[in-house]
Amino acid sequence: MPRVRIKVDGVTYEDEVEPRLLLVHYLRERLGKVGTPVGCDTTNCGACTVLLDGLSVKSCSVLAVQADGREITTVEGLGPGGELHPMQRAFHTEHALQCGFCTPGMIMASIDLLRENADPSEAEIREGLEGNLCRCTGYQNIVRAVRRAAEEMRQAPEREVTS
Amino acid sequence: MTETVAGREIGSARRRSEDARLITGRTQWTDNLQLPGMCHVAFLRSPYAHARITGVDAAEARQRPGVVAVFTGADLADEQGSLPCAWPVTEDMRHPDHPPMAVDHVRYVGEPVACVVARDRYAAADALEAIDVDYEPLTPVLDMEQAVADGADLVHADLGTNSSYTWVFENGDLDAALRDAPVLIERRYVQQRLIPTAMEPRAVVCAPEGDGFTLWSATQIPHILRLMLATVTGIPEHRLRVIAPDVGGGFGSKLQVYGEEVLALLLARRLGRPIKWTESRSEGNLTVHHGRDQIQRLTLAAERDGTIRGLKVDLLADMGAYLMLVTPGIPLLGAFMFNGIYKMDAYSFTCTGVFTNKTPTDAYRGAGRPEATFAIERLMDELAAELDLDPIEVRRRNWIRHEEFPYDTIAGLTYDSGNYEAATDKALHLFEYDTLRAEQADRRERRDPVQLGIGVSTFTEMCGLAPSRVLGSLSYGAGGWEHASVRVLPSGKVEVVTGSSAHGQGHETAWAQITADRLGVPFEDVRVLHGDTSVSPKGMDTYGSRSLAVGGIALVNACDKVVDKARRVAAHLLEAAEEDLEFTGGRFSVRGVPDQARTIQEVALAAFAAHDLPDGVEPSLDSDATFDPDNFSFPHGTHLCAVEVDTETGFVRIRSYVAVDDVGLVVNPLIVEGQVHGGLAQGIAQALYEEAVYDAEGNLTTTTMADYLIPSAADLPHFVTDRTETPATTNPLGVKGVGEAGTIASTPAVVNAIVDALRPYGVRDVPMPCTPERVWRALNEQEGSA
Amino acid sequence: MIPAGFEYVRPESVDEAVSALAEAGEDAKVLAGGQSLMPLLRMRLAYPEVLVDLDRVAELREIRDLGDALFIGAMATHHQVMRDPLVRRHAPLIAQATATVADPATRHRGTFGGALAHADPAGDLPAVALALDAVCNVRSARGSRDVPAADFFVDWLTSALEPDELLTGVTVPKLGPGWGTHYEKFHRTAQSWAVVGVACAVRRERDAVADVRVALTNMGAAPVRATAVERSLEGVPVSDGAFRSAAEHAADGTAPPGDLHGSPDYRAHLAQVLTRRALTAASAR
Repeated sequence: MPRVRIKVDGVTYEDEVEPRLLLVHYLRERLGKVGTPVGCDTTNCGACTVLLDGLSVKSCSVLAVQADGREITTVEGLGPGGELHPMQRAFHTEHALQCGFCTPGMIMASIDLLRENADPSEAEIREGLEGNLCRCTGYQNIVRAVRRAAEEMRQAPEREVTS
Repeated sequence: MTETVAGREIGSARRRSEDARLITGRTQWTDNLQLPGMCHVAFLRSPYAHARITGVDAAEARQRPGVVAVFTGADLADEQGSLPCAWPVTEDMRHPDHPPMAVDHVRYVGEPVACVVARDRYAAADALEAIDVDYEPLTPVLDMEQAVADGADLVHADLGTNSSYTWVFENGDLDAALRDAPVLIERRYVQQRLIPTAMEPRAVVCAPEGDGFTLWSATQIPHILRLMLATVTGIPEHRLRVIAPDVGGGFGSKLQVYGEEVLALLLARRLGRPIKWTESRSEGNLTVHHGRDQIQRLTLAAERDGTIRGLKVDLLADMGAYLMLVTPGIPLLGAFMFNGIYKMDAYSFTCTGVFTNKTPTDAYRGAGRPEATFAIERLMDELAAELDLDPIEVRRRNWIRHEEFPYDTIAGLTYDSGNYEAATDKALHLFEYDTLRAEQADRRERRDPVQLGIGVSTFTEMCGLAPSRVLGSLSYGAGGWEHASVRVLPSGKVEVVTGSSAHGQGHETAWAQITADRLGVPFEDVRVLHGDTSVSPKGMDTYGSRSLAVGGIALVNACDKVVDKARRVAAHLLEAAEEDLEFTGGRFSVRGVPDQARTIQEVALAAFAAHDLPDGVEPSLDSDATFDPDNFSFPHGTHLCAVEVDTETGFVRIRSYVAVDDVGLVVNPLIVEGQVHGGLAQGIAQALYEEAVYDAEGNLTTTTMADYLIPSAADLPHFVTDRTETPATTNPLGVKGVGEAGTIASTPAVVNAIVDALRPYGVRDVPMPCTPERVWRALNEQEGSA
Repeated sequence: MIPAGFEYVRPESVDEAVSALAEAGEDAKVLAGGQSLMPLLRMRLAYPEVLVDLDRVAELREIRDLGDALFIGAMATHHQVMRDPLVRRHAPLIAQATATVADPATRHRGTFGGALAHADPAGDLPAVALALDAVCNVRSARGSRDVPAADFFVDWLTSALEPDELLTGVTVPKLGPGWGTHYEKFHRTAQSWAVVGVACAVRRERDAVADVRVALTNMGAAPVRATAVERSLEGVPVSDGAFRSAAEHAADGTAPPGDLHGSPDYRAHLAQVLTRRALTAASAR
């Protein structure tokens, strides 16, 4: 079995993994990083979105072995020291979640979106989140939350910390 | 009588307490659980819609690495029982056996036929492929109209028919109305089959613990599930504990007793170790119960001035292959709603439940009421078109005026309150109705390839399910009450236990708001517990927009009982008469002597110490209460939708959407707005995107999210939402419920808008979902026939 | 769902990759980002015995200026391609179409070469490659060869690649002055596949169409050039009427599929509407 060395939320892990092990299952079942859920089989829903070397990926369509030597950030690794990331705060403030199952992926995708575009319009936010499905919110408050976080992060960019 | 409470918490936009764990990933989804010795189960499912099982060979699978056990339906036949249907809607309803795992017949694609228990999910999935099942295919029954015709193939041969039941409601002289009315609008509408698609797939974990079992499930109904698991398996109810941990949405799909839940319990008992099952999305699309799926034949009789005389409704409702928990009752929840907000003299409703070789249907957000609302709101637009009236005007001529409440409807309900005029006026203003009509006229004039359409939906719905006596009269197997208990702990902090089981609705916040106001304690001092039958001993769970209108009132009653008890203790401590005490802001004070006072926290400590309690008062400050409503609640509202239809491609874009809802008193406007947004998204999705499609062999072709289209942020518009507030008169808070309103209202608003855009082309209907191709075809058929 | 087991090879050079493929034989699959292959593996619709992962073959990520053409390495991600200054300048059609592929997270992993080698007729990039007369650069342990896009897409999910062959990159001729391009995609939801797409390049000389290429997404088992449209426009003065009547031939000779999202005749109709729109947009530039 291949041996991998993966840094997840600031901690380096070394493990032997079956090649077919999905990254999301590695995170959830080997590392106990259950904050990242699985919502589909076809990369459509985005619930499992994490950052791989800083870029959003759907961890259900990446093999754990492909993350060898890479760095993963999950929703659990945002805002070190117990402080919330501005995006997490904005999701709370704008009531951008109900059941919360899509939320980890939605937050990670939104952080990625702002990395690309610090001041997105409503249309750009909606398009940028096309790969993350939510069944509860109708997305309106998610859009608001991303705008709020964008504003906050533009004003205080040093707070943009991802582990 | 309504006692509108305007406290400092009720009505405030509290940010949700639940969020702290949900935004940080510190959630407890069922699939997160890892228990020592836990095995994973995977199910082998029927690839045939209808077949006889002639043999199952699992020998090779049993030898695969990591495999603990393999079971077939036959292996479990003696103990697995039959999945429950709690709603025998007629005395002669045909109700087939429904084994959790098929034994000798399969009746829909996806029905489980065998399972592998293995040390991990990968090994379980691998071993499934080594099981060999021999099937003798039978002809699948897929079309409802054919299924009830003479000589049809049968889903259940032993029943001799594909009809489960026929249920009838009649009031007034409909024959006369149909005979005498100068205008008859006859239509056939199809409510397509939908897949609820909660974001969290189902999951269940069952562990033997002591002399019983603990079962965690992604369920809306831990209490009902426990009772039903006991009934099905014979394991005594008091040996079962059911926990609904964090549950990722339900929309009715987790209001169910699923075979996988029963089987997880049976396997945990057989093997004596914890069992976990987590479905994949494509497995879930096949096996989570589906929603809607009705063929509606409708006749509306009216005068030439638009006054409605009567309505005839004839339904075929697809049950799927089996009757599940409340399958047969779902279309009947619509029986009382086809009349909508309108007055009429005569009404007739007939529904036949039909078996087909498809996934069973059951509750999906709105459950019966969206189907009814769609029918009447589409008919009202058709009536307006027929009479060349504005669709708002034809509604005004027929709706119940605000001064006419309470109003006994033709469908036998009493609407306690409402103000359709106010909601409509507000919506028209926000929508800029006249401006959009002018633009529509201009585009029509110019023959713009992109046409504008305006859709109206003035809806009401019945929610707050439900008065137990009404449920009894409809033969439902349980009551509709809810339970709450309130414990003021010795330290003055408060624990609230609710029988309602939240899965995204925000009970932990809203219930704390109510409690904070009723007891006069800080919001932060209240903790709400739910979703565990050992913590919450009684409950009827969460569905049918019932949590606040029923469970919230139980909480109010429990709080009030706590205050009553505290008053007795406080009076004793203050050496004053109870009637001389005032209770405000969490403080009992003697009227006229404000510094003579005890806070409720002080009273709680005194009640705990019990050193000096009045005679007959038991220690500790707590109480519990149930609430059983006298009536349903009736949220209503006016939704207006403008669409742009590209007549060249058939593509529909929602240009603007205004929703004015009246849900009575609002405890948390943020949560209410969120519920409306999400409801709109699902209702719009029915109108435009979603459909469970079966092919000619009975295979579901929409098993993944690539085929079953859930709208993303990029596909939905910005919603303009507002409210009017006409309190319900049937509960002390004046609340109505908001979980389903958006879904119920929006589907007809969108379809009405599309048809309105295309009416000059002769189009008078587009079947749902109104895909670009269907819109294009509707246009083309007209052009072809013109 | 869970993939069946496979052997995993992670070469770090093209030479290693092609020798791994040669060794693995018929039952190998190339993992080039995996955004189409991973779902197939998870649904157990594909059972490769060996997976050759190109993720670490750095040389395949390059995008280079070849003078009169661009070279886009097969493992250049969609994310990389749509932002690349060379691509945006010399092959804006690729940048525009790539931005419509799936969603941002998928574009971070999915690759240009992967999308072509997958040869999904509903994919956006095969038609784009076809419209641009791109040439696929193919390597194997046996040697290298160039396959014009017109010969590369053979059938549904079938390219001209032999089991031991690797698509290393694509050579895209630069479009000179006077060219305008447009990709017109029609889909039901933002995330869903194209029901039909039209990739179009038009070169105007004064007010006439000097050169035109139109390729169609999802109008057959493989992407196809709308040759009847191209022929009827050559040398014709640019006008709405000319585009409209030419576009009426968009579906000529095609055999569009019928599925949940569109019947063959609806697709034929869409091809006409979208071709007209694509021609108009491309020639406006």
